[in-house]
Amino acid sequence: MAMTLNDDQNMLRDTARDFMASEAPVTHFRKFRDMGCKDGFSHGLWKQFAEIGFTGVLIPEADGGMGMGQIEAGIVLEEIGRNLAPSPFLTTSVAAVEALKLADKAMRDRWFPGILAGETVIGIAIEEGVKHRPEQIACVAERSGNGFKLTGQKQFVVQGASSDMLIVAARTAGAAGETDGLTLFAVDKDAAGLSMEAVRLVDSAVAAHVKLDGVQLDADAVIGEVDGGWAVLSKMLDAGRVGAAAEMVGVGSGAMDMTFEYLKTRKQFDRVIGEFQALQHRAAHLYGEMEGARSIVLKAQSLMDEGHAKAELYVAAAKAKAGLACNLAVREGVQMHGGIGMTDEYDIGLYMKRDRSLNEFFGDAYYHADRVATMNGY
Amino acid sequence: MSDLETFRAEARAWLEENCPAEMRTPAKGDEDVCWGGRNFVFQSEAQKLWLERCVAKGYTVPDWPKAYGGAGLSPQETKILRQEMAKLGCRSPLNSFGIWMLGPALLKFGTEEQKVHYMGQIARGEIRWCQGYSEPGSGSDLVSMQTFGEDKGDHWVVNGQKIWTSYADKADWIFCLVRTDKTNKYQGISFLLFDMETPGVSTKPIKLISGNSPFCETFFDNVVVPKHQIVGEVNRGWDVAKYLLGHEREMISGMGGDGGVTSIGAAMKATLSQEPVLRAQMALFDVDNLTFRAHGERFMDEWKTGKAHPAYSNLMKYVGTELNKKRNELVMSIGGSQALEWESERSNGGSKARNWLRTKANSIEGGTSEVMLNVVSKRILEMPGA
Repeated sequence: MAMTLNDDQNMLRDTARDFMASEAPVTHFRKFRDMGCKDGFSHGLWKQFAEIGFTGVLIPEADGGMGMGQIEAGIVLEEIGRNLAPSPFLTTSVAAVEALKLADKAMRDRWFPGILAGETVIGIAIEEGVKHRPEQIACVAERSGNGFKLTGQKQFVVQGASSDMLIVAARTAGAAGETDGLTLFAVDKDAAGLSMEAVRLVDSAVAAHVKLDGVQLDADAVIGEVDGGWAVLSKMLDAGRVGAAAEMVGVGSGAMDMTFEYLKTRKQFDRVIGEFQALQHRAAHLYGEMEGARSIVLKAQSLMDEGHAKAELYVAAAKAKAGLACNLAVREGVQMHGGIGMTDEYDIGLYMKRDRSLNEFFGDAYYHADRVATMNGY
Repeated sequence: MSDLETFRAEARAWLEENCPAEMRTPAKGDEDVCWGGRNFVFQSEAQKLWLERCVAKGYTVPDWPKAYGGAGLSPQETKILRQEMAKLGCRSPLNSFGIWMLGPALLKFGTEEQKVHYMGQIARGEIRWCQGYSEPGSGSDLVSMQTFGEDKGDHWVVNGQKIWTSYADKADWIFCLVRTDKTNKYQGISFLLFDMETPGVSTKPIKLISGNSPFCETFFDNVVVPKHQIVGEVNRGWDVAKYLLGHEREMISGMGGDGGVTSIGAAMKATLSQEPVLRAQMALFDVDNLTFRAHGERFMDEWKTGKAHPAYSNLMKYVGTELNKKRNELVMSIGGSQALEWESERSNGGSKARNWLRTKANSIEGGTSEVMLNVVSKRILEMPGA
């Protein structure tokens, strides 16, 4: 595949760009932040996402969706990132949909219509510690009745308390540290024994600490195969990772553009500060890092869409690189803005907060660089 | 099958039949590289055969028009051919500054006669070219160059000195920037071609920190250059030079779509597993390396369809050369004391150390990293100021 967007993809990008700029610019995010919104996002905007078709971008056409791939989902995510648009898109329309695509028809029929309508929100309950270590999952699902009983805890479940269903990874066999013996479950928000504590994060998103205290599930709550959940989990995580990487390309680009604009207008010493070579060289270096990030993310998306054997390697590299580049963009952004970069009034600080959250989501740059090393044979 | 799939199958079959087995192993050093030229000594019969077969097929310059020695392939076909060559491990049949630099400039600025004559020679590997740009007092500030060609009617008489002329002592001809008008800085330079055997041309190799001498000082003492040996118009050589520099920078980033992605870490596993911080550095390097290859692929796809910014190759040159320096720093660290050995057989004649030192020039030659950042900042980011 050529590493350029085709006409349809360019059109989708224009649509997404116009939509976010008019319906969900940074002022939209500020409004919901300042009202202390319990969800951290607008259900109205989520409905609008559905009306324009975004929520079903990855849902197969046979199931009523647009049947597109990671490149198209990434196009939407980049614009979400550029505008800091708060929505359940990454967790629900990307990660959860990729998992549910591997579920049976009854499960797909139960959840896809709500996602397509912009009514359903799904939380991803994977993490059990403060760092991303999916193979260390210890949450237990023991056989009980015709199904399973879940006991354990989860954290960093983004929008968990606003979700209609949680995708929970639990151990049906094996021990923590093993990839075999994991199973994914769809857990309804009203299930007995499920409790959540919602916590606000630095970027004003709301995440949940989840307690599973003997949550009884029927056998049909299983997504994919019992004990073989790693395959579904990997697919879901990789979609979430490459999606977060695409969103970070948007966050980093937004921060970078804002900063370059500032360099061209702010005057000190009777000169526009963008004339100073000390800043020009850093600006050019940052541009190179962001262009690299954009390239590796596109490469990873296209390999995923092709089902290429190297997709996993490139997704890890893309999550790492996008994280490092976006982080550089927001750090340089705040520094180059000077004092006003530290104020709540200016947007650049909001980008710094969002970057931090996205970097942590589904594994940070160091976690993924380590995976690159392992997959490269050392 | 689509046309491109058919082409891929045909290219694959041709390579399998025509590329000798010896030419499917990695080149061990510069001596294994075929540079062509009047005085080139082939290292093996296979190397000669591989060149001859590629010349006949137009595959030394696959994307050049057939009339000028190429195969007339489209950008997509060229990419596929390179991919198939990479898969089979085929060596490049011919390396040359003529292919990478002069040819593209001739294609854009040369006369039809010049294209047929000079590009044909380049494609067939008959003439080895060198580039006369930098002067002792004109490095990054290239346009201040002083080498002067006095107008003598049907010819110029050239006097002056060039420096950092790659392989000038091995080259047959030179493409050279010569001042033909002392009153106009930018529009007073002409782009001349002449034979290195012309009376008055002499070269002196420069010994580098690597111990090798890939560059020369080149002296011109009343060198006669006929007027028809100019590319483009008189006093407009800077346009040609700038275009060619763009191509040089593009080449550095365009080392093949699938090339260079293989990690050097696996072969160093024994060391890396004992050195966690070094392993982490290697891991971060691999992230940057995969990124650069994807970046290069995207840039080439955009460049060939006219979507890339004209100054973008400056960015690729900066990123690629800094990355290559980093790679060699890691190779030295992983190699430990053995990588310090300078002459032993064990160290292949100090190849790691010599390569490491050689890469330090990457971010100086063809425009320093600092100049690249200036260009990116001003032309792409449109930062204000002088």
